[in-house]
Amino acid sequence: MSAVLAVADHRRGALRDVSFELLAAGRELADALGGEFHVAVIGGDVESFAEELNREGVDVVHTVDEGEEFNHDVYVQAVEALCEEVDATAILSPNSVNGLDYAPAVANGLSIPLVTDAIALAYEDGLEVTREMYGSKVETTVEVDDDRFFVTIRSGEWPAVEGRGDASIEPFEFELDESAVGSRVQGFEEVGEGDVDISDADVLVSVGRGIEEEENLEIVEALADALDATLSASRPVVDNGWLPKNRQVGQSGKVVSPEVYIAVGISGAVQHVAGMKGAKTIVAINTDPNAPIFDIADYGIVDDLFEVVPELTEQFE
Amino acid sequence: MKVLVTVKEVAEAADDFEISGIEIEEGYLEYDLNEWDDYAIEEAVQLSEQRDDVETVGVTIGPERSEETIRMALAKGIDRAVRVWDDAIERQDLLDVDAKARLLEAVVEAEDPDLVLSGVQANDDSFGATGVALARQLGFQWAAVVNRMELSDDDTIANVRRELEGGVEELTEIDMPAVLTIQTGINEPRYASLRGIRQAQSKEIDVQSLDDLGLGEEAVEGELDLTSMYEPVSESDAEIFEGDPDETAGKLAAVLQEKGVGAQ
Ligand SMILES: Cc1cc2nc3c(=O)[nH]c(=O)nc-3n(C[C@H](O)[C@H](O)[C@H](O)COP(=O)(O)OP(=O)(O)OC[C@H]3O[C@@H](n4cnc5c(N)ncnc54)[C@H](O)[C@@H]3O)c2cc1C
Repeated sequence: MSAVLAVADHRRGALRDVSFELLAAGRELADALGGEFHVAVIGGDVESFAEELNREGVDVVHTVDEGEEFNHDVYVQAVEALCEEVDATAILSPNSVNGLDYAPAVANGLSIPLVTDAIALAYEDGLEVTREMYGSKVETTVEVDDDRFFVTIRSGEWPAVEGRGDASIEPFEFELDESAVGSRVQGFEEVGEGDVDISDADVLVSVGRGIEEEENLEIVEALADALDATLSASRPVVDNGWLPKNRQVGQSGKVVSPEVYIAVGISGAVQHVAGMKGAKTIVAINTDPNAPIFDIADYGIVDDLFEVVPELTEQFE
Repeated sequence: MKVLVTVKEVAEAADDFEISGIEIEEGYLEYDLNEWDDYAIEEAVQLSEQRDDVETVGVTIGPERSEETIRMALAKGIDRAVRVWDDAIERQDLLDVDAKARLLEAVVEAEDPDLVLSGVQANDDSFGATGVALARQLGFQWAAVVNRMELSDDDTIANVRRELEGGVEELTEIDMPAVLTIQTGINEPRYASLRGIRQAQSKEIDVQSLDDLGLGEEAVEGELDLTSMYEPVSESDAEIFEGDPDETAGKLAAVLQEKGVGAQ
Protein backbone atom coordinates (compact mmCIF):
# COMPACT_ATOMS: atom_id res chain seq x y z
CA MET A 1 0.00 0.00 0.00
CA SER A 2 1.43 3.35 -0.88
CA ALA A 3 0.55 6.10 1.51
CA VAL A 4 0.94 9.83 1.16
CA LEU A 5 1.96 11.65 4.32
CA ALA A 6 1.40 15.41 4.49
CA VAL A 7 2.77 17.47 7.37
CA ALA A 8 0.69 20.49 8.36
CA ASP A 9 2.17 23.89 9.25
CA HIS A 10 1.03 25.86 12.25
CA ARG A 11 2.32 28.79 14.22
CA ARG A 12 1.42 30.43 17.51
CA GLY A 13 -1.71 28.43 18.05
CA ALA A 14 -3.14 28.45 14.54
CA LEU A 15 -2.86 26.22 11.51
CA ARG A 16 -1.55 28.14 8.53
CA ASP A 17 -3.85 28.43 5.49
CA VAL A 18 -1.46 26.51 3.27
CA SER A 19 -2.08 23.44 5.45
CA PHE A 20 -5.57 23.15 3.98
CA GLU A 21 -4.22 23.54 0.45
CA LEU A 22 -1.79 20.77 1.30
CA LEU A 23 -4.80 18.53 1.90
CA ALA A 24 -5.91 19.03 -1.71
CA ALA A 25 -2.46 18.25 -3.12
CA GLY A 26 -2.13 15.22 -0.84
CA ARG A 27 -5.50 13.72 -1.72
CA GLU A 28 -4.84 14.26 -5.41
CA LEU A 29 -1.53 12.44 -5.16
CA ALA A 30 -2.93 9.65 -2.99
CA ASP A 31 -5.63 9.02 -5.62
CA ALA A 32 -3.05 8.89 -8.39
CA LEU A 33 -0.93 6.48 -6.36
CA GLY A 34 -3.93 4.48 -5.26
CA GLY A 35 -3.13 4.81 -1.59
CA GLU A 36 -4.26 6.28 1.69
CA PHE A 37 -3.84 9.88 2.64
CA HIS A 38 -2.33 10.55 6.05
CA VAL A 39 -1.84 13.93 7.64
CA ALA A 40 0.50 14.66 10.52
CA VAL A 41 0.40 17.55 12.91
CA ILE A 42 3.36 17.97 15.22
CA GLY A 43 3.41 20.15 18.32
CA GLY A 44 0.98 22.70 19.72
CA ASP A 45 -2.62 21.90 20.52
CA VAL A 46 -2.61 18.77 18.39
CA GLU A 47 -6.10 17.67 19.43
CA SER A 48 -7.82 20.74 18.12
CA PHE A 49 -5.54 20.96 15.10
CA ALA A 50 -6.53 17.37 14.27
CA GLU A 51 -10.21 18.31 14.45
CA GLU A 52 -9.61 21.12 12.00
CA LEU A 53 -7.54 18.96 9.67
CA ASN A 54 -10.21 16.29 9.57
CA ARG A 55 -11.51 17.41 6.22
CA GLU A 56 -12.76 15.71 3.12
CA GLY A 57 -10.41 13.12 1.68
CA VAL A 58 -8.20 12.68 4.72
CA ASP A 59 -7.95 9.06 5.91
CA VAL A 60 -5.90 9.43 9.07
CA VAL A 61 -4.65 12.37 11.12
CA HIS A 62 -1.62 11.56 13.27
CA THR A 63 -1.10 13.81 16.24
CA VAL A 64 2.40 14.14 17.64
CA ASP A 65 2.19 15.83 21.00
CA GLU A 66 5.72 17.13 21.19
CA GLY A 67 6.43 20.75 22.13
CA GLU A 68 4.46 23.92 21.45
CA GLU A 69 6.07 25.34 18.37
CA PHE A 70 8.05 24.20 15.39
CA ASN A 71 11.46 22.78 16.17
CA HIS A 72 13.23 21.27 13.20
CA ASP A 73 14.96 18.53 15.17
CA VAL A 74 11.65 17.32 16.56
CA TYR A 75 10.01 17.54 13.15
CA VAL A 76 12.82 15.60 11.49
CA GLN A 77 12.62 12.79 14.01
CA ALA A 78 8.83 12.68 14.07
CA VAL A 79 8.41 12.73 10.29
CA GLU A 80 11.02 10.04 9.78
CA ALA A 81 9.40 7.82 12.40
CA LEU A 82 5.92 8.40 10.97
CA CYS A 83 7.12 7.78 7.47
CA GLU A 84 8.29 4.37 8.56
CA GLU A 85 5.12 3.69 10.54
CA VAL A 86 2.77 4.38 7.63
CA ASP A 87 5.22 3.21 4.96
CA ALA A 88 4.87 6.50 3.08
CA THR A 89 5.71 6.66 -0.58
CA ALA A 90 5.36 10.41 -0.68
CA ILE A 91 5.88 13.08 1.94
CA LEU A 92 4.43 16.52 1.35
CA SER A 93 4.88 19.77 3.20
CA PRO A 94 4.26 23.42 2.47
CA ASN A 95 7.16 25.24 0.82
CA SER A 96 7.14 27.58 3.80
CA VAL A 97 10.07 28.95 5.76
CA ASN A 98 9.62 26.12 8.25
CA GLY A 99 9.07 23.55 5.51
CA LEU A 100 12.40 24.56 4.07
CA ASP A 101 13.94 24.25 7.53
CA TYR A 102 13.27 20.51 7.82
CA ALA A 103 12.20 18.98 4.47
CA PRO A 104 15.73 18.92 3.02
CA ALA A 105 16.99 17.27 6.20
CA VAL A 106 14.32 14.57 6.14
CA ALA A 107 14.85 13.85 2.44
CA ASN A 108 18.58 13.65 2.99
CA GLY A 109 18.19 11.43 6.04
CA LEU A 110 15.86 9.03 4.25
CA SER A 111 17.93 9.19 1.05
CA ILE A 112 14.92 10.11 -1.03
CA PRO A 113 14.77 12.84 -3.67
CA LEU A 114 13.37 16.25 -2.81
CA VAL A 115 11.57 18.62 -5.14
CA THR A 116 10.70 22.00 -3.67
CA ASP A 117 8.17 24.66 -4.56
CA ALA A 118 5.90 22.50 -6.72
CA ILE A 119 3.06 24.25 -8.52
CA ALA A 120 1.53 21.08 -9.98
CA LEU A 121 1.96 17.33 -9.58
CA ALA A 122 1.18 14.53 -11.99
CA TYR A 123 1.60 10.85 -11.39
CA GLU A 124 1.43 8.13 -13.96
CA ASP A 125 4.35 5.74 -14.01
CA GLY A 126 6.28 8.10 -11.86
CA LEU A 127 6.05 11.51 -10.35
CA GLU A 128 6.27 14.59 -12.52
CA VAL A 129 6.54 17.92 -10.78
CA THR A 130 5.94 21.31 -12.36
CA ARG A 131 8.01 24.13 -10.97
CA GLU A 132 9.34 27.50 -12.02
CA MET A 133 12.88 28.68 -12.68
CA TYR A 134 14.66 31.94 -13.46
CA GLY A 135 12.43 34.08 -11.29
CA SER A 136 9.19 32.64 -12.69
CA LYS A 137 10.19 33.37 -16.27
CA VAL A 138 9.97 29.71 -17.25
CA GLU A 139 8.11 26.65 -16.11
CA THR A 140 9.77 23.27 -16.04
CA THR A 141 8.77 19.70 -15.46
CA VAL A 142 10.98 17.48 -13.38
CA GLU A 143 10.67 13.73 -13.44
CA VAL A 144 11.47 11.90 -10.26
CA ASP A 145 13.24 8.65 -10.86
CA ASP A 146 12.49 6.99 -7.55
CA ASP A 147 9.43 5.39 -6.03
CA ARG A 148 9.66 7.48 -2.86
CA PHE A 149 10.00 11.25 -2.68
CA PHE A 150 9.49 14.43 -0.70
CA VAL A 151 7.75 17.38 -2.34
CA THR A 152 7.13 20.84 -0.91
CA ILE A 153 4.20 22.72 -2.41
CA ARG A 154 3.84 26.42 -3.12
CA SER A 155 1.01 28.13 -1.32
CA GLY A 156 -1.88 29.43 -3.41
CA GLU A 157 -1.62 26.72 -6.09
CA TRP A 158 -4.14 24.23 -4.74
CA PRO A 159 -7.59 25.07 -3.42
CA ALA A 160 -8.08 24.83 0.32
CA VAL A 161 -10.11 21.74 1.25
CA GLU A 162 -13.20 22.83 3.17
CA GLY A 163 -15.66 19.99 3.78
CA ARG A 164 -15.60 18.00 7.03
CA GLY A 165 -14.15 14.52 6.80
CA ASP A 166 -14.31 11.26 8.70
CA ALA A 167 -10.64 10.58 9.30
CA SER A 168 -9.51 8.54 12.23
CA ILE A 169 -7.42 10.58 14.61
CA GLU A 170 -4.49 8.66 15.99
CA PRO A 171 -1.96 9.85 18.53
CA PHE A 172 1.53 8.89 17.42
CA GLU A 173 4.12 8.27 20.06
CA PHE A 174 7.77 7.95 19.43
CA GLU A 175 10.91 8.10 21.49
CA LEU A 176 12.39 11.56 20.97
CA ASP A 177 16.17 11.43 21.03
CA GLU A 178 16.84 14.53 23.11
CA SER A 179 20.56 14.35 22.48
CA ALA A 180 19.90 14.95 18.78
CA VAL A 181 18.03 18.17 19.47
CA GLY A 182 20.56 20.88 18.76
CA SER A 183 18.33 23.90 18.35
CA ARG A 184 16.06 25.68 20.79
CA VAL A 185 13.43 28.22 19.80
CA GLN A 186 13.55 31.08 22.29
CA GLY A 187 10.66 33.19 21.13
CA PHE A 188 9.13 35.33 18.46
CA GLU A 189 9.26 38.97 17.50
CA GLU A 190 6.92 41.01 15.39
CA VAL A 191 8.60 43.44 13.11
CA GLY A 192 7.70 46.41 11.04
CA GLU A 193 5.23 48.47 13.05
CA GLY A 194 5.60 52.15 12.40
CA ASP A 195 4.14 55.37 11.11
CA VAL A 196 1.84 53.94 8.46
CA ASP A 197 -0.03 50.72 8.00
CA ILE A 198 0.14 49.90 4.30
CA SER A 199 -2.52 47.24 4.75
CA ASP A 200 -5.03 50.03 5.43
CA ALA A 201 -4.37 51.97 2.24
CA ASP A 202 -6.87 52.11 -0.62
CA VAL A 203 -4.25 52.98 -3.20
CA LEU A 204 -0.63 51.81 -3.06
CA VAL A 205 2.19 52.98 -5.26
CA SER A 206 4.73 50.22 -4.81
CA VAL A 207 8.33 50.53 -5.91
CA GLY A 208 10.84 47.82 -6.73
CA ARG A 209 14.46 47.34 -7.68
CA GLY A 210 13.81 48.98 -11.05
CA ILE A 211 14.19 52.33 -9.25
CA GLU A 212 17.95 51.66 -9.03
CA GLU A 213 18.98 54.37 -6.55
CA GLU A 214 17.65 55.81 -3.34
CA GLU A 215 17.63 59.34 -4.84
CA ASN A 216 15.22 58.16 -7.52
CA LEU A 217 12.57 57.32 -4.94
CA GLU A 218 11.53 60.97 -5.30
CA ILE A 219 9.77 60.27 -8.54
CA VAL A 220 7.52 57.57 -7.05
CA GLU A 221 6.97 59.68 -3.95
CA ALA A 222 5.74 62.44 -6.22
CA LEU A 223 3.36 60.01 -7.90
CA ALA A 224 2.07 58.73 -4.57
CA ASP A 225 1.48 62.34 -3.46
CA ALA A 226 -0.35 63.24 -6.63
CA LEU A 227 -2.57 60.15 -6.35
CA ASP A 228 -3.08 60.62 -2.63
CA ALA A 229 -1.70 57.11 -2.31
CA THR A 230 0.59 55.35 0.16
CA LEU A 231 4.10 54.29 -0.81
CA SER A 232 5.06 50.64 -0.41
CA ALA A 233 7.89 48.54 -1.79
CA SER A 234 9.26 45.17 -2.75
CA ARG A 235 11.98 43.61 -0.70
CA PRO A 236 15.20 44.90 -2.32
CA VAL A 237 14.15 48.51 -1.63
CA VAL A 238 13.71 47.64 2.05
CA ASP A 239 16.86 45.47 2.18
CA ASN A 240 18.79 48.49 0.91
CA GLY A 241 17.41 50.54 3.75
CA TRP A 242 15.68 53.02 1.43
CA LEU A 243 12.31 52.45 3.06
CA PRO A 244 11.46 50.95 6.46
CA LYS A 245 10.41 47.33 6.86
CA ASN A 246 6.78 48.25 7.52
CA ARG A 247 6.52 49.29 3.86
CA GLN A 248 7.44 45.85 2.53
CA VAL A 249 4.75 43.96 0.65
CA GLY A 250 5.05 40.20 0.40
CA GLN A 251 5.50 36.87 2.06
CA SER A 252 7.76 38.16 4.79
CA GLY A 253 6.33 41.66 4.74
CA LYS A 254 2.69 42.68 4.76
CA VAL A 255 -0.28 41.26 2.94
CA VAL A 256 -2.24 44.09 1.34
CA SER A 257 -5.52 44.22 -0.55
CA PRO A 258 -6.03 47.80 -1.73
CA GLU A 259 -8.44 48.94 -4.40
CA VAL A 260 -5.51 49.82 -6.65
CA TYR A 261 -1.92 48.54 -6.52
CA ILE A 262 0.57 50.17 -8.85
CA ALA A 263 3.75 48.08 -9.16
CA VAL A 264 6.60 50.23 -10.45
CA GLY A 265 9.75 48.35 -11.48
CA ILE A 266 8.72 45.20 -9.64
CA SER A 267 9.17 41.83 -11.37
CA GLY A 268 6.47 39.99 -9.47
CA ALA A 269 8.48 37.27 -7.75
CA VAL A 270 6.29 34.71 -6.03
CA GLN A 271 7.16 35.98 -2.56
CA HIS A 272 6.11 39.46 -3.57
CA VAL A 273 2.92 38.37 -5.27
CA ALA A 274 1.96 36.44 -2.13
CA GLY A 275 1.45 39.81 -0.48
CA MET A 276 -0.52 41.69 -3.11
CA LYS A 277 -2.45 39.35 -5.36
CA GLY A 278 -5.61 40.25 -3.44
CA ALA A 279 -5.53 43.83 -4.73
CA LYS A 280 -8.66 44.66 -6.67
CA THR A 281 -6.92 46.36 -9.56
CA ILE A 282 -3.27 45.74 -10.31
CA VAL A 283 -1.25 48.05 -12.54
CA ALA A 284 2.31 47.23 -13.62
CA ILE A 285 4.93 49.51 -15.11
CA ASN A 286 7.93 47.49 -16.23
CA THR A 287 10.38 47.42 -19.12
CA ASP A 288 10.28 43.62 -19.33
CA PRO A 289 7.20 42.36 -21.19
CA ASN A 290 7.86 38.89 -19.75
CA ALA A 291 7.97 40.03 -16.14
CA PRO A 292 5.64 37.74 -14.15
CA ILE A 293 3.87 40.76 -12.66
CA PHE A 294 2.04 41.15 -15.99
CA ASP A 295 0.43 37.73 -15.45
CA ILE A 296 -1.60 39.09 -12.60
CA ALA A 297 -1.89 42.71 -13.72
CA ASP A 298 -5.13 44.23 -15.00
CA TYR A 299 -3.40 47.14 -16.72
CA GLY A 300 0.17 47.44 -17.86
CA ILE A 301 2.70 49.72 -19.46
CA VAL A 302 5.79 48.08 -20.92
CA ASP A 303 8.20 50.97 -20.73
CA ASP A 304 10.86 52.76 -18.72
CA LEU A 305 9.49 53.88 -15.38
CA PHE A 306 11.70 56.96 -15.49
CA GLU A 307 9.78 58.12 -18.54
CA VAL A 308 6.31 56.96 -17.60
CA VAL A 309 6.05 57.81 -13.92
CA PRO A 310 6.72 61.56 -14.24
CA GLU A 311 4.21 61.74 -17.10
CA LEU A 312 1.64 59.95 -15.00
CA THR A 313 2.28 62.25 -12.05
CA GLU A 314 1.77 65.26 -14.28
CA GLN A 315 -1.65 63.99 -15.29
CA PHE A 316 -2.78 64.26 -11.69
CA GLU A 317 -1.24 67.59 -10.80
CA MET B 1 37.78 29.71 13.53
CA LYS B 2 37.03 28.90 9.93
CA VAL B 3 33.95 29.97 7.98
CA LEU B 4 33.04 28.31 4.70
CA VAL B 5 30.72 30.19 2.37
CA THR B 6 28.94 28.44 -0.47
CA VAL B 7 28.76 30.64 -3.53
CA LYS B 8 26.82 30.04 -6.70
CA GLU B 9 26.99 31.64 -10.08
CA VAL B 10 23.43 31.99 -11.26
CA ALA B 11 22.05 32.60 -14.70
CA GLU B 12 19.52 35.31 -15.33
CA ALA B 13 17.30 35.33 -18.40
CA ALA B 14 17.16 38.44 -20.56
CA ASP B 15 13.85 40.29 -20.96
CA ASP B 16 13.27 38.47 -24.23
CA PHE B 17 14.70 35.00 -24.55
CA GLU B 18 14.32 31.74 -26.38
CA ILE B 19 14.25 28.22 -25.13
CA SER B 20 15.76 25.35 -26.98
CA GLY B 21 15.05 21.93 -25.56
CA ILE B 22 15.36 22.10 -21.81
CA GLU B 23 17.55 25.18 -21.71
CA ILE B 24 17.34 28.89 -22.27
CA GLU B 25 19.61 29.58 -25.21
CA GLU B 26 23.05 30.65 -24.05
CA GLY B 27 22.96 34.06 -25.73
CA TYR B 28 20.00 35.11 -23.57
CA LEU B 29 21.64 34.31 -20.27
CA GLU B 30 23.68 36.57 -18.08
CA TYR B 31 25.71 35.22 -15.21
CA ASP B 32 26.01 36.79 -11.84
CA LEU B 33 26.72 36.10 -8.20
CA ASN B 34 23.61 34.72 -6.52
CA GLU B 35 21.96 37.57 -4.61
CA TRP B 36 21.55 35.57 -1.38
CA ASP B 37 25.18 34.41 -1.45
CA ASP B 38 26.33 38.01 -1.62
CA TYR B 39 24.85 38.53 1.85
CA ALA B 40 26.42 35.28 3.11
CA ILE B 41 29.82 36.47 1.86
CA GLU B 42 29.37 39.82 3.59
CA GLU B 43 28.43 38.12 6.85
CA ALA B 44 31.59 36.00 6.71
CA VAL B 45 33.82 38.95 5.82
CA GLN B 46 32.37 41.07 8.62
CA LEU B 47 33.04 38.26 11.07
CA SER B 48 36.66 38.07 9.93
CA GLU B 49 37.00 41.83 10.33
CA GLN B 50 35.57 41.80 13.84
CA ARG B 51 37.93 39.10 15.09
CA ASP B 52 41.46 38.20 14.21
CA ASP B 53 41.19 34.43 14.31
CA VAL B 54 38.78 33.98 11.42
CA GLU B 55 39.65 32.43 8.08
CA THR B 56 37.05 32.55 5.32
CA VAL B 57 36.86 30.14 2.40
CA GLY B 58 34.47 30.36 -0.52
CA VAL B 59 33.38 27.22 -2.35
CA THR B 60 31.52 27.01 -5.61
CA ILE B 61 30.35 24.17 -7.81
CA GLY B 62 30.67 25.44 -11.33
CA PRO B 63 32.45 25.46 -14.69
CA GLU B 64 35.49 27.59 -15.46
CA ARG B 65 33.31 30.58 -16.27
CA SER B 66 32.17 30.68 -12.65
CA GLU B 67 35.69 31.68 -11.55
CA GLU B 68 34.60 35.20 -12.33
CA THR B 69 31.93 34.91 -9.66
CA ILE B 70 34.11 33.29 -7.04
CA ARG B 71 36.68 36.02 -7.70
CA MET B 72 34.00 38.52 -6.74
CA ALA B 73 33.88 36.79 -3.37
CA LEU B 74 37.68 37.05 -3.10
CA ALA B 75 37.56 40.69 -4.10
CA LYS B 76 35.07 41.34 -1.32
CA GLY B 77 37.44 39.86 1.23
CA ILE B 78 37.03 36.08 1.28
CA ASP B 79 40.50 34.62 1.94
CA ARG B 80 40.58 31.56 -0.32
CA ALA B 81 38.43 29.87 -2.94
CA VAL B 82 37.67 26.31 -3.97
CA ARG B 83 35.90 25.42 -7.20
CA VAL B 84 34.46 21.97 -7.70
CA TRP B 85 33.94 20.76 -11.24
CA ASP B 86 34.05 17.59 -13.25
CA ASP B 87 32.87 16.24 -16.60
CA ALA B 88 30.45 14.06 -14.70
CA ILE B 89 28.87 17.18 -13.19
CA GLU B 90 28.75 18.87 -16.58
CA ARG B 91 26.70 15.95 -17.91
CA GLN B 92 23.89 16.49 -15.39
CA ASP B 93 21.09 18.74 -16.59
CA LEU B 94 19.89 19.16 -13.04
CA LEU B 95 22.24 18.62 -10.15
CA ASP B 96 19.91 17.59 -7.38
CA VAL B 97 20.03 18.75 -3.80
CA ASP B 98 21.65 15.62 -2.44
CA ALA B 99 24.32 15.61 -5.12
CA LYS B 100 25.24 19.17 -4.17
CA ALA B 101 25.24 18.21 -0.53
CA ARG B 102 27.59 15.28 -1.20
CA LEU B 103 30.02 17.48 -3.14
CA LEU B 104 30.00 20.17 -0.49
CA GLU B 105 30.31 17.59 2.26
CA ALA B 106 33.58 16.43 0.75
CA VAL B 107 34.86 20.02 0.75
CA VAL B 108 33.72 20.55 4.32
CA GLU B 109 35.53 17.39 5.36
CA ALA B 110 38.73 18.64 3.81
CA GLU B 111 38.40 22.17 5.20
CA ASP B 112 36.88 21.39 8.60
CA PRO B 113 35.05 24.71 9.13
CA ASP B 114 33.22 25.67 12.33
CA LEU B 115 30.50 27.48 10.47
CA VAL B 116 29.07 27.20 6.97
CA LEU B 117 27.11 30.09 5.48
CA SER B 118 24.97 29.59 2.45
CA GLY B 119 22.33 31.66 0.65
CA VAL B 120 18.66 30.89 1.35
CA GLN B 121 18.15 29.99 -2.29
CA ALA B 122 19.73 30.31 -5.69
CA ASN B 123 17.93 32.70 -7.94
CA ASP B 124 17.95 30.42 -10.98
CA ASP B 125 16.67 27.02 -9.81
CA SER B 126 15.35 28.29 -6.44
CA PHE B 127 15.38 24.92 -4.73
CA GLY B 128 16.19 26.59 -1.43
CA ALA B 129 17.38 23.34 0.06
CA THR B 130 21.13 22.89 -0.29
CA GLY B 131 22.19 24.39 3.04
CA VAL B 132 19.85 22.31 5.18
CA ALA B 133 20.56 19.11 3.21
CA LEU B 134 24.28 19.74 3.63
CA ALA B 135 23.89 20.18 7.38
CA ARG B 136 22.12 16.85 7.69
CA GLN B 137 24.66 15.17 5.47
CA LEU B 138 27.40 16.46 7.78
CA GLY B 139 25.62 15.89 11.05
CA PHE B 140 25.84 19.66 11.70
CA GLN B 141 23.06 21.77 13.13
CA TRP B 142 21.39 24.36 10.91
CA ALA B 143 18.91 27.20 10.52
CA ALA B 144 17.12 28.30 7.37
CA VAL B 145 16.30 31.90 6.42
CA VAL B 146 18.51 33.70 8.92
CA ASN B 147 18.42 37.49 9.05
CA ARG B 148 20.57 38.01 12.13
CA MET B 149 23.33 35.93 13.64
CA GLU B 150 25.50 36.29 16.69
CA LEU B 151 28.01 33.74 17.89
CA SER B 152 28.56 33.07 21.57
CA ASP B 153 31.97 34.04 22.97
CA ASP B 154 33.17 30.45 22.98
CA ASP B 155 31.78 29.76 19.47
CA THR B 156 29.61 26.89 20.65
CA ILE B 157 26.28 28.54 19.95
CA ALA B 158 24.85 30.67 17.16
CA ASN B 159 21.97 32.89 18.20
CA VAL B 160 19.95 33.48 15.10
CA ARG B 161 16.80 35.21 14.02
CA ARG B 162 14.83 33.36 11.37
CA GLU B 163 12.52 35.38 9.20
CA LEU B 164 9.16 33.63 9.01
CA GLU B 165 6.17 34.73 6.97
CA GLY B 166 4.07 37.80 7.70
CA GLY B 167 6.57 39.94 9.59
CA VAL B 168 7.17 37.39 12.34
CA GLU B 169 10.70 36.42 13.32
CA GLU B 170 11.83 33.45 15.35
CA LEU B 171 14.70 33.66 17.82
CA THR B 172 16.61 30.42 18.01
CA GLU B 173 19.73 29.04 19.57
CA ILE B 174 21.72 26.65 17.39
CA ASP B 175 24.55 24.41 18.53
CA MET B 176 27.70 24.77 16.47
CA PRO B 177 29.14 23.60 14.12
CA ALA B 178 26.24 24.71 11.99
CA VAL B 179 25.09 25.62 8.52
CA LEU B 180 23.08 28.84 8.33
CA THR B 181 21.20 29.88 5.22
CA ILE B 182 21.38 33.64 4.94
CA GLN B 183 18.49 35.89 3.96
CA THR B 184 18.91 39.18 2.12
CA GLY B 185 18.79 42.26 4.31
CA ILE B 186 20.91 40.74 7.11
CA ASN B 187 23.67 43.24 6.26
CA GLU B 188 24.68 45.60 3.50
CA PRO B 189 26.90 43.77 1.03
CA ARG B 190 29.92 45.85 0.06
CA TYR B 191 31.06 46.59 -3.43
CA ALA B 192 34.40 45.09 -4.27
CA SER B 193 37.08 47.78 -4.22
CA LEU B 194 39.37 48.22 -7.20
CA ARG B 195 42.24 47.06 -5.04
CA GLY B 196 40.22 44.03 -3.97
CA ILE B 197 39.44 43.19 -7.58
CA ARG B 198 43.10 43.50 -8.56
CA GLN B 199 44.22 41.30 -5.72
CA ALA B 200 41.54 38.72 -6.45
CA GLN B 201 42.81 38.39 -10.02
CA SER B 202 46.10 37.05 -8.83
CA LYS B 203 44.73 34.67 -6.23
CA GLU B 204 44.80 31.00 -7.03
CA ILE B 205 41.54 29.09 -7.16
CA ASP B 206 41.80 25.55 -5.91
CA VAL B 207 39.98 23.42 -8.50
CA GLN B 208 38.80 20.04 -7.25
CA SER B 209 37.48 17.18 -9.37
CA LEU B 210 35.36 14.31 -8.08
CA ASP B 211 38.50 12.25 -7.92
CA ASP B 212 40.31 14.89 -5.87
CA LEU B 213 37.39 14.87 -3.44
CA GLY B 214 37.50 11.09 -3.18
CA LEU B 215 34.12 10.72 -4.86
CA GLY B 216 32.97 8.55 -7.71
CA GLU B 217 30.72 9.56 -10.59
CA GLU B 218 27.71 8.08 -8.83
CA ALA B 219 27.98 10.90 -6.29
CA VAL B 220 26.41 13.31 -8.76
CA GLU B 221 23.90 11.02 -10.35
CA GLY B 222 20.63 12.21 -8.97
CA GLU B 223 17.07 11.04 -9.25
CA LEU B 224 15.69 14.16 -10.88
CA ASP B 225 15.48 14.71 -14.62
CA LEU B 226 14.54 17.98 -16.16
CA THR B 227 12.13 16.93 -18.90
CA SER B 228 10.72 20.16 -20.25
CA MET B 229 11.03 23.91 -20.10
CA TYR B 230 8.59 26.36 -21.57
CA GLU B 231 7.30 29.86 -21.21
CA PRO B 232 4.27 29.69 -18.97
CA VAL B 233 0.99 30.30 -20.70
CA SER B 234 -0.04 33.64 -19.37
CA GLU B 235 -3.51 33.63 -17.91
CA SER B 236 -3.29 37.35 -17.94
CA ASP B 237 -5.96 39.47 -19.50
CA ALA B 238 -4.04 42.61 -18.73
CA GLU B 239 -4.78 45.57 -20.92
CA ILE B 240 -1.40 46.81 -22.09
CA PHE B 241 -1.35 50.47 -23.08
CA GLU B 242 0.64 51.16 -26.22
CA GLY B 243 2.38 54.31 -27.33
CA ASP B 244 4.85 56.92 -26.15
CA PRO B 245 5.17 57.52 -22.41
CA ASP B 246 2.87 60.53 -22.53
CA GLU B 247 0.20 58.55 -24.37
CA THR B 248 0.43 55.46 -22.17
CA ALA B 249 0.50 57.56 -19.02
CA GLY B 250 -2.55 59.45 -20.29
CA LYS B 251 -4.51 56.27 -20.93
CA LEU B 252 -3.57 54.85 -17.55
CA ALA B 253 -4.48 58.12 -15.84
CA ALA B 254 -7.93 57.99 -17.42
CA VAL B 255 -8.51 54.48 -16.08
CA LEU B 256 -7.26 55.42 -12.62
CA GLN B 257 -9.43 58.55 -12.55
CA GLU B 258 -12.43 56.48 -13.47
CA LYS B 259 -11.70 54.36 -10.42
CA GLY B 260 -11.66 57.47 -8.30
CA VAL B 261 -7.92 57.51 -7.73
CA GLY B 262 -6.51 60.94 -6.94
CA ALA B 263 -9.98 62.42 -6.56
CA GLN B 264 -9.32 63.34 -2.87
C1 LIG C 1 12.05 33.45 2.01
C2 LIG C 1 11.89 34.65 1.12
C3 LIG C 1 11.01 35.67 1.48
C4 LIG C 1 10.84 36.79 0.65
N1 LIG C 1 9.93 37.77 1.01
C5 LIG C 1 9.70 38.80 0.16
C6 LIG C 1 8.72 39.80 0.46
O1 LIG C 1 8.07 39.79 1.50
N2 LIG C 1 8.53 40.79 -0.45
C7 LIG C 1 9.22 40.88 -1.63
O2 LIG C 1 8.98 41.80 -2.41
N3 LIG C 1 10.17 39.96 -1.91
C8 LIG C 1 10.42 38.94 -1.06
N4 LIG C 1 11.40 38.03 -1.36
C9 LIG C 1 12.32 38.33 -2.49
C10 LIG C 1 11.78 37.96 -3.84
O3 LIG C 1 12.15 36.63 -4.13
C11 LIG C 1 12.39 38.88 -4.93
O4 LIG C 1 13.79 38.84 -4.85
C12 LIG C 1 11.94 40.33 -4.84
O5 LIG C 1 10.55 40.43 -4.69
C13 LIG C 1 12.36 41.06 -6.10
O6 LIG C 1 12.01 42.42 -5.99
P1 LIG C 1 11.83 43.32 -7.28
O7 LIG C 1 10.71 42.84 -8.09
O8 LIG C 1 11.77 44.75 -6.81
O9 LIG C 1 13.24 43.17 -8.02
P2 LIG C 1 13.58 42.39 -9.36
O10 LIG C 1 13.08 41.02 -9.35
O11 LIG C 1 15.03 42.62 -9.58
O12 LIG C 1 12.74 43.18 -10.45
C14 LIG C 1 13.00 44.48 -10.88
C15 LIG C 1 12.08 44.74 -12.05
O13 LIG C 1 12.24 46.07 -12.46
C16 LIG C 1 12.19 46.13 -13.87
N5 LIG C 1 12.89 47.34 -14.27
C17 LIG C 1 14.22 47.59 -14.22
N6 LIG C 1 14.48 48.83 -14.67
C18 LIG C 1 13.28 49.39 -15.00
C19 LIG C 1 12.89 50.64 -15.52
N7 LIG C 1 13.79 51.62 -15.77
N8 LIG C 1 11.59 50.86 -15.76
C20 LIG C 1 10.66 49.90 -15.51
N9 LIG C 1 10.98 48.69 -15.01
C21 LIG C 1 12.28 48.44 -14.75
C22 LIG C 1 12.85 44.87 -14.33
O14 LIG C 1 12.40 44.53 -15.63
C23 LIG C 1 12.37 43.87 -13.27
O15 LIG C 1 11.20 43.20 -13.69
C24 LIG C 1 11.58 36.91 -0.55
C25 LIG C 1 12.47 35.88 -0.89
C26 LIG C 1 12.63 34.77 -0.08
C27 LIG C 1 13.56 33.69 -0.50
